[in-house]
Amino acid sequence: MSEFKELTRQGLWENNPALVQLLGLCPLLAVTASVTNALGLGLATLFVLMGSNITVSLVRQWVPSEIRIPVFVMVIATFVTIIQLLMNAYVYELYQSLGIFIPLIVTNCAIIGRAEAYASKNPWQKAAFDGFMMGLGFALVLVLLGGMREVIGNGTLFDGAELLLGDWAAQLRIELFEVNYPLLLAILPPGAFIGLGFIIAGKNWIDAKRAAKAEKVEKTVTRARVTAES
Amino acid sequence: MANKSMQKNGLLLALFAIIATFLVLAVEALTADRIKQQLREQTLRSLNEIVAPELHDNDLYQSCRLLQADALGSSQPQPLYRAFVNQQPSALAAEIVAPNGYSGAIRLLVAIKPDGEVLGVRTLEHKETPGLGDKIETNKSDWIYSFAGKVVRSEEDDRWAVQRDGGMFDQFTGATITPRAVVQAVKRATLYLNEHSERLFTQALPQCQATAENNATEANYE
Repeated sequence: MSEFKELTRQGLWENNPALVQLLGLCPLLAVTASVTNALGLGLATLFVLMGSNITVSLVRQWVPSEIRIPVFVMVIATFVTIIQLLMNAYVYELYQSLGIFIPLIVTNCAIIGRAEAYASKNPWQKAAFDGFMMGLGFALVLVLLGGMREVIGNGTLFDGAELLLGDWAAQLRIELFEVNYPLLLAILPPGAFIGLGFIIAGKNWIDAKRAAKAEKVEKTVTRARVTAES
Repeated sequence: MANKSMQKNGLLLALFAIIATFLVLAVEALTADRIKQQLREQTLRSLNEIVAPELHDNDLYQSCRLLQADALGSSQPQPLYRAFVNQQPSALAAEIVAPNGYSGAIRLLVAIKPDGEVLGVRTLEHKETPGLGDKIETNKSDWIYSFAGKVVRSEEDDRWAVQRDGGMFDQFTGATITPRAVVQAVKRATLYLNEHSERLFTQALPQCQATAENNATEANYE
């Protein structure tokens, strides 16, 4: 049980693919101009990550280490192609607005990274959970960044959510304020870099605060065990 | 010994490749119809955008015919749509291909009036660079609207080029190849459609396959 808790902590915070490992930044920066796009790509990545983790874990006994990388790549590419076809068929407009970044999920190093570092060494249940949490951590950062950029750039939230979630989601759209000219800086990739920078800074700030607090506690309590923080 | 393990690894890789291919093929087979339908709906939406309702009283999609002409940019027959008002020709639309995009072919839809004036152009499918060449999409930029109302005077009409080449169409910062390809393709197709418009409105041409299928299954939808 504690292992699952640890995986959750690693995926969402300590080892977040987007904030700490800084993997998969290309799609992260490119598609987070709106919450809908970010959520779409986040979910697609989550699915691929879980699928590839489970598969890699299930076949790990039969795959000799010499050919593991090509096998991982094949597994990931298969899942991405399947996701791409499904999105093309069922969420066509979102598929169009994400465009090239769906096939580019293949190149998201976070996925092969998890396959190599975790799934190839652990049973499938744990690998699935790890994939889910890593994917969720990635998706959350995507959505947060997408939200920031959409609000600052367009003054809206959940614009076009119906493309992903169906017609009922059209009412999710919130117009926070009227913009005559969208703030291009927020919408273009540089805005994504700046936004991501602020999110990472925020995370580091929280970490530093918590570390400072822990230190204080440590000083009052005699000789608390220090866990190695990498 | 080493040889043997290599053989085993090779076979294993091949096995994985076969399974992966099979899976992808299976999903493709399952989604093919649905994807085709999505494409059809998108084409229809674009078609209705550039051929306004008052410009036709016939069912545009049912008017789809296959036309084979090099000027449309493809060696395959391309769909042609004929619009009529009170049996009078009012607009001609065709799916065309700009084969020389930055990342391969760009599929476009172009419509003209019988007098040769361009009603509009829409991008149906492309693989251009995101952020640069993808400004040919209506949700990225207004650029594609600039075709509306333009006329190609002749083959030598050099206004039909991007501004860098001395023409009247904007290029995009960092992406000249994409708009150049689109302008060329639209010019070529418009000239052809205009020159042959009388014939194209009346000529018996093979019906589009999708439309034919549609006819067959129409009862189910209604």
